[in-house]
Order: sequence, then C-alpha cells, then structure tokens
Amino acid sequence: MSCCADLPTSVAAGGRPAARDEISIASRDLGRDLHQVELAVPGVHCAGCIRAVETGLMQVSGIEDARVNLSTKRVSVTWCGERAPDILDALEKLGFPGHLTGSDDARKDPELGRLIRALAVAGFSAMNIMLLSVSVWSGADLATRDIFHWISAALALPALLYSGRIFFASAWSALRHGRTNMDVPISVGVCLAFGLSLYDTIHSGPHAYFDAATSLIFFLLIGRTLDHVMRERTRVAVRGLVQLAPRGATVLREDGRRDYVPIDEIEPGLHIALAAGDRIPVDGTISEGTSELDCTIATGETAPRRVETGSGVQAGMLNLSGPLTMVASKRADASFLAEMTRLMAAAEGGRARYRRLADRAAALYSPVVHATAALTFLGWMLAVGDWHTAITVAIAVLIITCPCALGLAVPIVQVMAARRLFENGVLVKDGSAIERIAEIDTAVFDKTGTLTLAQPRLVSKDASDPHDLAVASAIAGLSRHPLSRSIAADGAAAGIVLSDVVEHPGLGIEARVADSVYRLGRAEWALANGTLEPNLNTVLGRDGRLAGRFTFEIALRPRAVDAIDALRKAGLHVAMLSGDAPGPASEVAEALDIEDFAASLLPAEKVARLQTMAADGRKVLMVGDGINDAPALAAAYVSMAPSTAADIGRNAADFVFLRDGLEPIPTTLAIAHEAGRLVRQNFALAVGYNAIALPIAIAGLVTPLIAALAMSFSSILVVANALRLKSGELARRPVSTAKTRTGPRQVALEPAE
Amino acid sequence: MSSLLYLIPLALLLGAAALAAFMWSLRSGQYEDLDGAAERIFLEVDGDRAGGGSPETPGKSQ
Repeated sequence: MSCCADLPTSVAAGGRPAARDEISIASRDLGRDLHQVELAVPGVHCAGCIRAVETGLMQVSGIEDARVNLSTKRVSVTWCGERAPDILDALEKLGFPGHLTGSDDARKDPELGRLIRALAVAGFSAMNIMLLSVSVWSGADLATRDIFHWISAALALPALLYSGRIFFASAWSALRHGRTNMDVPISVGVCLAFGLSLYDTIHSGPHAYFDAATSLIFFLLIGRTLDHVMRERTRVAVRGLVQLAPRGATVLREDGRRDYVPIDEIEPGLHIALAAGDRIPVDGTISEGTSELDCTIATGETAPRRVETGSGVQAGMLNLSGPLTMVASKRADASFLAEMTRLMAAAEGGRARYRRLADRAAALYSPVVHATAALTFLGWMLAVGDWHTAITVAIAVLIITCPCALGLAVPIVQVMAARRLFENGVLVKDGSAIERIAEIDTAVFDKTGTLTLAQPRLVSKDASDPHDLAVASAIAGLSRHPLSRSIAADGAAAGIVLSDVVEHPGLGIEARVADSVYRLGRAEWALANGTLEPNLNTVLGRDGRLAGRFTFEIALRPRAVDAIDALRKAGLHVAMLSGDAPGPASEVAEALDIEDFAASLLPAEKVARLQTMAADGRKVLMVGDGINDAPALAAAYVSMAPSTAADIGRNAADFVFLRDGLEPIPTTLAIAHEAGRLVRQNFALAVGYNAIALPIAIAGLVTPLIAALAMSFSSILVVANALRLKSGELARRPVSTAKTRTGPRQVALEPAE
Repeated sequence: MSSLLYLIPLALLLGAAALAAFMWSLRSGQYEDLDGAAERIFLEVDGDRAGGGSPETPGKSQ
C-alpha cells in the first residue's frame, strides 16, 4: 500500500533492541497485567489496511487486542505480560511501518466534548424555541402566546446556563484582567435579552427575545467548535509524527546487568550503552568505543562528527556506526535539550504580545455598542419618560448589534484556511499564526535539514562491473551513515551475500563477498594506493583496487530555488542563519542567491539575531528544524518547521509542513493573505449590517422577528463568504512564474570531515 | 387550544429524546473515528466490535 504518502515514514525505529523497552515505557497500565500503547501508522487508509493491521497484530503472541483509528491514523494495542511484544517489527512486516507517538498524556480531549455537548443543548433549545416563536409571530392569541413564552423561557434557561457559560467564563476572565474581547458584548447582549424577555413574560408582554438569545449562542458555538476541531486535528497530527527524542536508554549496571531506564531517571555517572541508530539521551562523555555521530538535528552540522573515548557528546545526536558506551554528565533536565527549552521560554516575545484581530475589533466595538445603547436609553427616557420602553429599546439595540456575524467573521475564515493548508500538507497550530504570517516582511531560514535535506544526493556512480555496484548497495544498506544511505537508496542489491561485515567509524565498511574483500568508504582507507589519485572521496575498493567511485552533493530540498524566489517576489527579505561551518553554508547561500547569511551560530546567537531584527521593526518568519533552532523558532514573530524536525522544534513552530519540498512556504503565505482579505470583507459585511440595523433599533422598531431574521442572515452571509477561500491557482501562481529561472542547482559536497 | 396541551409536551419530549440519544452516542465513543466507521462496513467480521468500542475494554480477554 503506497497511497496516502503525506506523512514521512522514514527514520524507522524498528530493528533497534531498545525499541521494545521504549514501547513498554510508553504504555499505559490497564491493570490485570494488561498494558495499552498507541502507535502512529501513517500508511493505513482503507478497510483493507484496517483488517490487515488488526488481524496481523492479533496474531502476534502477547497482543490481546488491536484497534485502528483511521481518522487519526493510529492503532491502539493492548498487550499483556512484563515486556511489550515487538509491535514495531510486526507492523513493519505487515507493510505498515509505525512509530510511537508524542506525549500521550491527555488522549481524550475534554474541551471538545464540552463544546459539543454545549452545542447540542443550545441547538435543541434554539430549534424548539424557534418553532414556538413562529406561531407567536404569526399571531397566536393571548393565552397561547403567554404559554409559549413560558415554555420558551424554560427551554432557554438551560441553554443560557449550560451552553452560555463558555462565553461568560471567557468574558469574565477578560474583564478581570482589564481587557475586553468579543465575548463581553456577546455575554452582555445574551443576558440582557434573557432578562428583559423573562420580565416581559411575567408581565405578559407582547415581545420575547428567547429565540434570538439561544440561536445566537448556537451559531457562535458552531464557529467555536469548528475552530477547536481544527486545532485539535493539528495537535493530533503533529503528535503523530515520528518522535526523535528517546524515551529512555540502556544503562549498564556495575554487576553487568543491562536495564532500560526512562530518560528522567538517568543520573550523572551512569554508564549508558548506545547501539548504532540510538540517539544520545543526555549530555555526557564517551567512555568506550569509536563511532560517528550525526549532528544535523542537534547543531546543524552536515558532516558526521567522529567520536572516540573522551569526546563530549550532546543530547539529540544520533549514533551512526559503532556501539558506544558513554558516561552521563548531566540529568535530562539539565541537558542540551533542556537548555534549549529554557532559551525558548526566555525568547518568547513577539508572539505573546500579539493581540488577535477579533480581540482588537472587540476592543473598538464593545465601547461603541454599549455607549450607543446607553445613549438610546437616555434619549428615550428624555423623549417618552417611560422606564420600560426606554430599557426595552436599549436592550433591542444591544441584541441587534450583538456581534453574531462579528464573532463568526474571523474563526470561520481561519477554519477554512486551516483546511486549505491541510490539503497542501501544512498543519497550523492556531488561528493567530495565520494572521501573523500575513504580516511578515522577512523570512529567515536554517540551513541543514531546512533548505537542504539531511541526506546528500548521489550524483554519479561509475564502476566497470555492475556486480560491483550491487555489492556497494548491499554494503551501504547495512550502515546508517548518510552517504551509505544515499548509495543504498539508489541501487538494487538483490542476491548479494555478505559476510564478515565490519564498520570502521570514520573510514567505511568492509565486507567479504565470495573470495573478494570489498571496502566502501574513504579512498585512502579503501584503496591500497588511494592517496595517489586526487579528487577521490568515496570509493568502492575490491582487494585494494579501485572498483567504483561515488560523487555526492548537498541536496537542496525540492523546489527550494522556486520557493525562495517566490518569497522574494512577494517582497520579502530572505536570510539564512546556520549553525554549520562557513564553507557549506556559503555554498548553499550561493546556490539560492541568499546574500544575507551567517554561519557557525550558536542557538543563543540565532535568537539574538532575530531579536535585533525585531528591534528594527521587522516581522520575521523563521523556518528551522534542529534542536538548536527551537529557541529561534520561539523568538520569531511566526515560525515554520518541516515534519522531519526535532520534536522540540515542531512543538515550538506555528506551522509544520509535511512535504519534502519547500513550496508549502509560499503557499501558506498566499493562503494567509487570502484569508486576511476575507476576514476584512467579513468585518465590512458585519459592520455594514450593523449600520443598517442600528437606526431601526434606535428608533424602537425592532421586533423579535426582525432580530431573528437579521441575525441569521448576517451569520449566513459571513459563513458563505468564508467558503470562497481557495487554495488552488492563487496559491500556486507565484511558484509557477518562478519556474523560468535556472533548473535545480546543486553544490558539490566536500569530503566528510 | 386543547390539542396544544398534549402536542407541545409531545414535541418537546421527542426533541429531548433526540438530545439524549445524541449525548449517549457521544459518550459511547461513536464519533471518535468517523473515517474508520465509514470503511469498516466493508469488513465482514467484527460484528460484536462494530461501533467504536472504547479502547479501555480489552477484546479477546473477556
């Protein structure tokens, strides 16, 4: 099954001995020796997949139950016993590679349930009251009208108390902090409408606004629930991405036992065993072994770093070639990762100060509306002198101006925008990010993993004998070194039997095929006379003689050139901040025509640069993926991360894009601009509607029928306008015009080291 | 007028019954996997497990 390829399935966790212990730690205890764990399975997409995964897993010994959730693309597995069965391996064999999901604390979302229940109650009340109101409007006789008003009051009360409290609570918390938001005029309007109607019902008056009050709550709750569903879907999708941070590590005890220990319980001084493919859990020093570490996620360096006894290592680096033993020097909460979290908390600036568009509108809107109502009351008191009439008209003003359309104007557009973004492979964390990204004037990129792919691209391979190439693929398939992965991904290695495979960290891999000894790696090691010939980087040597040579280049992300061009055409200043050495950084910058770039930056220096830009009044979009970018992502005005980013970076970013290419960035920008335009239109519609309705209300001519009609009509208009948000042509145009530029340009990769 | 005396309570009762049914379906987890529910009708087995049984109830062990 190879459809639904939206989510990356690389970085398989399977095959590592620690995987089973990791599952055990991630599981929840159900009692009676049963445990439950949730795994993301991005590959499921139909009934066939569901059955394959469920029945396949049930046959694994130790698994009691397996249940696929297709909406979230997860499988919930119940297992019994001491140690978890190897579920990841079983899934791999079934053809549906899976991985553990992010923190699985609040699996069910209580807020969504509350919103839907409130929506159901409000809907029930609004429908029934509307039904009764129709007969009142069409002239029911006096006794019937009074009975209907009383029934309506009884129906409206639970809607007001149960469903309305969502608005009351939010309005109250805003007022208590001396602010105002859209919920303040809503709450005031709804409560006054209910109070007045109740008074009129008791005194058998002709007009009651129970229908307006409840349908207002109902409409607004629809908008709010959709908004919540959108954010929840993003949260689930982001948590379902491959988690890069380890949950624990294999600790070597002094008596030789090996225990898998959760990461929080690792104390300084403990010895930790790291197999090839494990990530370093905490900061420490290597005490035994030689290997190479992939630092792309941690520091942004492209070239793997060679480590041996005594080398210091940071949490987040990936062990590539040989087994290592390290001594922990810090606890997890004092390690590199935790340091970044602290930097992030300190850096969070522009975002916290940002005020939502709807809140800014409310700050203007509610004083105007409340002042108008007060003036209306005074005017009628002076003109007529009757308390009841004056209050009735003033409250009618509040009801008719109650920002039903205004309350929907922003969230409904943002729900549509989030959906369009989702279709284009972009997840957005919340609506304010869509507002903020429309304002940016500068785009800052990280290099490694953001502009470039982590794996270099194989540009040429030549060997006199195709058999040698197949051998090279087979050998490369055994290693996790980025260059080996590129070779393995490129060729087929069917039917090659390797023996005596040894990986020499920093040099290459040696293996025996039939009676020849092959060496794949650095030329001076793989060839007997390797240093004689210049410009040889990675070669395949057979018994010391040259059998094949491989050339690599840094692979830019697909369509990076187009995307950067599109951003520039949109009037943005483009810059690059890299943690990598100046050499590779300047090459990438040159390939993308980025003049403003800096290399060898520490995480704090990236933050400092962003803060300088912010102080200059620039609104910066930061795009980054590494652990070292996380503080910068938090410091920027708005931020994006690829789905391959470190967990901490994905959590810090406002947007996460799921595709390999960089084209989601201009697409997001285009959709955000379109959304901003529709929001402004919606505001204009809502205000225009008020401008017409207000004089009628002030004149005292509003009846419940007019109020109900006006309110529904304006809400529907605003929703219909939001539905016009398109993703297709408008979003793609800037990219396609940029196609006229040069084809993909590449950079030759310096030999490792 | 007299017909209203039983028609209105009847209407409200029906509405309340619908509301209660919705609340029950929400609580029993029928909205947790809408895409999955749509696909599962194509599966032959699983008669007793249909309807999104909550993951808390272990399957085979009962």
